[in-house]
Amino acid sequence: MSYTIGVLALQGAFVEHEHHLQSLGCRPVQVRTPAQLAGLDGLIIPGGESLTIGKLLADFDLAGPIKAHAQAGLPVWGTCAGMILLAREIAGSDQFRLGLMDMTVVRNAFGRQVDSFEVRLPITVLGQEPFRAVFIRAPYVSAVAPNVGILAVYEDKKVFVRQGYFLATAFHPELTGDLRVHRYFLEMVREAKE
Amino acid sequence: MTAQKGTWTVKKGLAEMLKGGVIMDVTTPEQARIAEEAGACAVMALERVPADIRAAGGVARMADPAIIQRIMAAVTIPVMAKARIGHFVEAQVLEVLGVDYVDESEVLTPADELYHINKHVFKVPFVCGARNLGEALRRIGEGAAMIRTKGEPGTGNVVEAVRHARQVLGEIRRLKVMPAAELMTWAKENGAPYDLVCEVAQLGRLPVVNFAAGGIATPADAALMMQLGMDGVFVGSGIFKSGDPAHRAKAIVAATTHYNDPQIIAEVSKDLGEPMVGIEIPLIPVEQRMQERGW
Repeated sequence: MSYTIGVLALQGAFVEHEHHLQSLGCRPVQVRTPAQLAGLDGLIIPGGESLTIGKLLADFDLAGPIKAHAQAGLPVWGTCAGMILLAREIAGSDQFRLGLMDMTVVRNAFGRQVDSFEVRLPITVLGQEPFRAVFIRAPYVSAVAPNVGILAVYEDKKVFVRQGYFLATAFHPELTGDLRVHRYFLEMVREAKE
Repeated sequence: MTAQKGTWTVKKGLAEMLKGGVIMDVTTPEQARIAEEAGACAVMALERVPADIRAAGGVARMADPAIIQRIMAAVTIPVMAKARIGHFVEAQVLEVLGVDYVDESEVLTPADELYHINKHVFKVPFVCGARNLGEALRRIGEGAAMIRTKGEPGTGNVVEAVRHARQVLGEIRRLKVMPAAELMTWAKENGAPYDLVCEVAQLGRLPVVNFAAGGIATPADAALMMQLGMDGVFVGSGIFKSGDPAHRAKAIVAATTHYNDPQIIAEVSKDLGEPMVGIEIPLIPVEQRMQERGW
């Protein structure tokens, strides 16, 4: 799986995604300018502060080019803040978003940092072994259109969803050593290229 | 499926999410909203910024909980607050208020000259200041989930933050190539926990996120700290003690993201108005230097 995967590097935990991609044989590329979107097989929008990343996306004219690539078939995966930025609706907020996925998210939906948690989450598409999911001031998906598939739920809350070649996780697979969600995304990248 | 809160991964994890960002000192809900609007990745809720603490003298303590709560209610980004070094009850209060990070900070007057807070027993994560790698590893040994340079707060002078960043990063580079047999002696001479010394030697970096703080006042200062290898920046007095806080805050955020692009740094640095007034370090008597607090 030797793909070139962009990792949006405006703010947040982009380096961890790069390490995971490298251990899977991919070539990660930090994306801060529209030119760096050229030649990518996929794009990851990392965890961080969604307001900060959103403002920088808008101020440095990256949002338009990202949307254009995504609509032309570029697979995109958002973790945590990335999930928020991918959503069309953000409950109670008019903050900047890419709005690529037909869903509504709630920010800081599990509470503040003292309520952040990790849990061994069953995720069928990843196999039998539960996934150690780390939730940090995490969002969840409160509503989805019928074309959005739900891949994992925690306490009745949707935390892992897919729509076509767009993927979103409320938790942080880049913070653990388990590479299965990254593999799942790269599998999606392979499908998209076929 | 049992959820575990306050684990090391969760505490460290929030700091990972702040990387590449700017954490701004604020004293009112209005300032917090200006910071959020400018793109701050978090705010530090205070009663007074370090420059005013320095000017006022006297004993500086944890902020009034009402002020902290008003700031927490004003923004949706993470809110940090400061406790005095060793003052574990101030930290307990901040934890029940629900702040997202506690800064056990030399900006406040220390409550204990011998012992820092045992940070392992808290669910809320802590950030602590350090001037060198030994100090950073002592704080991590006590449970700090994030480190920042001490610099010299409230001066608008970046020289001490640069000194501390170069010191820590330089020592990490030396450990990386040090023969395993020499690590224990290094640990002994620098008063650092041996297991953490070994971990740093193996990782080639600190096991937690490492921000710059203490004297950053301009977009170029922020980019300088990032190019030196820091993970992000705290700006204390530098924003709200300047002529045009909203504009300067936004410029510092942009320069922190695009720290390797002098073209962008030049662009965002234009027409920012008056920076905060700076102080030369030799003019501050040693006993008034905040970096000397803690060990």
